[in-house]
Amino acid sequence: MKRLAWPAGILAALLLVNLIFTDHFFQIEIKEGHLYGSLIDIFRFGAPLILVALGMTLVIATKGIDLSVGSVVAISGAMACLQISTLEAQDSIGGVLGAIGVALALSIALGIGNGFLVAVIGIQPIIATLILMVAGRGLAQLITDGQIITINSDPYKLIGGGYWLTLPFGIIIVAVVLALIAFVTRRLALGLLIESVGGNAEASRLSGIRSHGLLIVVYAFCALCAGIAGLMISSNVSSADGNNAGLWIELDAILAVVIGGTSLAGGRFSLGGTVLGALIIQTLTTTIYSIGVPPETTLLFKALVVTIVCLLQSPAFRAKVFRSRRKPAPPTVPAGEKVTVRT
Amino acid sequence: MAEAILRMTGIGKEFPGVKALDGVDFRLLPGEVHALMGENGAGKSTLIKVLTGVYSIDSGEIELAGGRVAFAGPLEAQKAGISTVYQEVNLCRNLSVAENVFIGREPRKFGRIRWREMRRRTAELLRQLDLPIDVSKPLSHYSLAIQQMVAIARAIDIDARVLILDEPTSSLDAGEVAQLFRVMRRLKEQGIAILFVSHFLDQIYEIADRMTILRNGRLVGEYVTAELPQVELVGKMIGRELAELERLDERPPARTSDTLVEATELGGKVAPFSLTIREGEVVGLAGLLGSGRTEIARLLFGADHAGTGTLRIGGDQVNLRTPRAAMARGVAFCSENRREEGLVPELTVRENLILALQARRGWSRPVPRKKQDELVAKYIKALNIRPDNPEMLIRNLSGGNQQKVLLARWLILEPRLLILDEPTRGIDVGAKAEIQKLVVELSDGGMAVLFISAELDEVLRLSHKVAVLRDRRLVAELPNDDTLTTDVLMETIASGGAR
Repeated sequence: MKRLAWPAGILAALLLVNLIFTDHFFQIEIKEGHLYGSLIDIFRFGAPLILVALGMTLVIATKGIDLSVGSVVAISGAMACLQISTLEAQDSIGGVLGAIGVALALSIALGIGNGFLVAVIGIQPIIATLILMVAGRGLAQLITDGQIITINSDPYKLIGGGYWLTLPFGIIIVAVVLALIAFVTRRLALGLLIESVGGNAEASRLSGIRSHGLLIVVYAFCALCAGIAGLMISSNVSSADGNNAGLWIELDAILAVVIGGTSLAGGRFSLGGTVLGALIIQTLTTTIYSIGVPPETTLLFKALVVTIVCLLQSPAFRAKVFRSRRKPAPPTVPAGEKVTVRT
Repeated sequence: MAEAILRMTGIGKEFPGVKALDGVDFRLLPGEVHALMGENGAGKSTLIKVLTGVYSIDSGEIELAGGRVAFAGPLEAQKAGISTVYQEVNLCRNLSVAENVFIGREPRKFGRIRWREMRRRTAELLRQLDLPIDVSKPLSHYSLAIQQMVAIARAIDIDARVLILDEPTSSLDAGEVAQLFRVMRRLKEQGIAILFVSHFLDQIYEIADRMTILRNGRLVGEYVTAELPQVELVGKMIGRELAELERLDERPPARTSDTLVEATELGGKVAPFSLTIREGEVVGLAGLLGSGRTEIARLLFGADHAGTGTLRIGGDQVNLRTPRAAMARGVAFCSENRREEGLVPELTVRENLILALQARRGWSRPVPRKKQDELVAKYIKALNIRPDNPEMLIRNLSGGNQQKVLLARWLILEPRLLILDEPTRGIDVGAKAEIQKLVVELSDGGMAVLFISAELDEVLRLSHKVAVLRDRRLVAELPNDDTLTTDVLMETIASGGAR
């Protein structure tokens, strides 16, 4: 996979930087039957972002974008916590499963709404999902009644903070979702249809692809991923914060998709690239803490690194920089003669 | 004869793989309306783009008012006195008429715009064109024809000596066309040379003094309009001199099989038409570009919605709302617009080839990879697709090979009616013959084919009957018997059904 070489290289470089500042950065050990280590932490804390970015990948492949995922994260977490807080026994597995079901069903419904606006009504995706991005925060606060709902439920805690088979439970969820998407898009034909619609919507329609239904499914799936991420985030802190849960995660997710090599122009997408992209962003966050960047400059630092990553990813930029180093300067143009450059 | 204001000699322009212009000579006299004629792909728009500085030329020279010029861009051409008004009015509809005329060169005093003088000068300018309208109203307030004339006013106010009107009449009604022609005659009197492009032959004969005909990037000739009958014009555009038009000897016998498609007064973007297609029958659609050929195809494929009339396919009355519904009835449509309606450029040859089949099966039943490879290998061989690498991105193939892949996309479905819109345009002679042979074979195998082509001899060679279109109206349906010749077809296209 040549396409994945650049993001993989960048991730490796970032990890190596950490090794300089943190001893035993690559060390993984088993304590009390659980895997521990910095690498495991990156995966574990990055799990919600990976999920959201995976859903975003499919949306972007259809030439769309979903800005509402952050709000869906908040809504899903709030819904689950609200349901659990009303349970008589918060540890009842049945009750927790019911709460999760309600939260995810709500997420899917919101995604279907997004897809409907985009596919049937024909609103541009950035506007259609902006509606839910803004209104969704309000909806989340409505659900929590403006408060932060705190719960105390061991089964729910498992999703974001627990372990299973020595692995953090979040990593297992990501692995299952990733395997499912990979199967549906690459072993079944969904991937081809998505790439076709993203690559040329009119040609796809004339080839008999039901693009409306396809778009609705994709947006619903993206919201489902965001919903699961919302469960993880709220479970990890055993509370739901309608205001801040998943704030700006849509931007990180879009960034992860782009770093992973899926073009915002739609068409070809890369699930592996997106996972690498999300890991790069999570590693960067970890790095910022470990090398001790002052808190007030973390955003600036992050922006700087991301800019460099994007420049390195750009074939046009690479061609310019590396060519000008290797080749002598082009012959100078005689004065007074006009030259038109064709690219 | 007056000295030419514009003279182009031996113009050559090459794009990768295509000679768009090959040694074309062209001249424009002051005070004339000159029509540039040719079928799609003949090189008209390339010539205009060369003239307006959009493209640079590979060979030849351009002289304007006696001096040699080479434009580096549209702005330079405009400054030299060559103005262009395109088919789509490129003005700002939300601004006022006066603002549109003076945008970018507003009269100023101490850096401030002198609105009053701007309005006064615009009104005066439009009065010269017999157009007394309120210049402070937004442009969107007026009809397309008036917008077009505002664009012309803007063009001539920038001291134009040559005015290029590229299909200005395509979206105007008869009254608006008359108004436009009045303005054109007035400009003519002022000594402006007008280059006029239109697909409507009647309009050419009404307004143009002389014409230059191009075909396949080469000059056919320069003619005085009044001395060239319409039939000969069509012949020269399509590429058959009257003298050499010979009857084709092999003539497919008429079909008597069951009726597959029956359209009755079906209408949408074309005037209501009736047409039947039998099983195994090849029906040719003849007519010039823009005559409504593609619109009929799209109606039968459900790509456009029919406004009136009924359609029966295989005996059942159907209401095709989507291409998918038409596909379920066994209709396939290979569009003439490869790039926008056919190719998915980022996908491979294999993926493009199986796309319609996969769409029919849905997302949950993938075509097994082995089956895909078999199908792709079969059609790459059958249609001689080059290079024969199924994993290559289709955008890297030549036009003719892309066309074959798209054709294969539909053949895989084994449709009952295959609609081919200009399947042989822009592809080399060998590939053309292969596709023609394929049509005959498919028809012998019982598949009905609706064959659309601008090349009349091709239509005659393949069709059992020919429907002729003119100005978005089906004007004649002719059985392909011994009396039907390209002559007769051209006559029908030119005159509109009077046989």
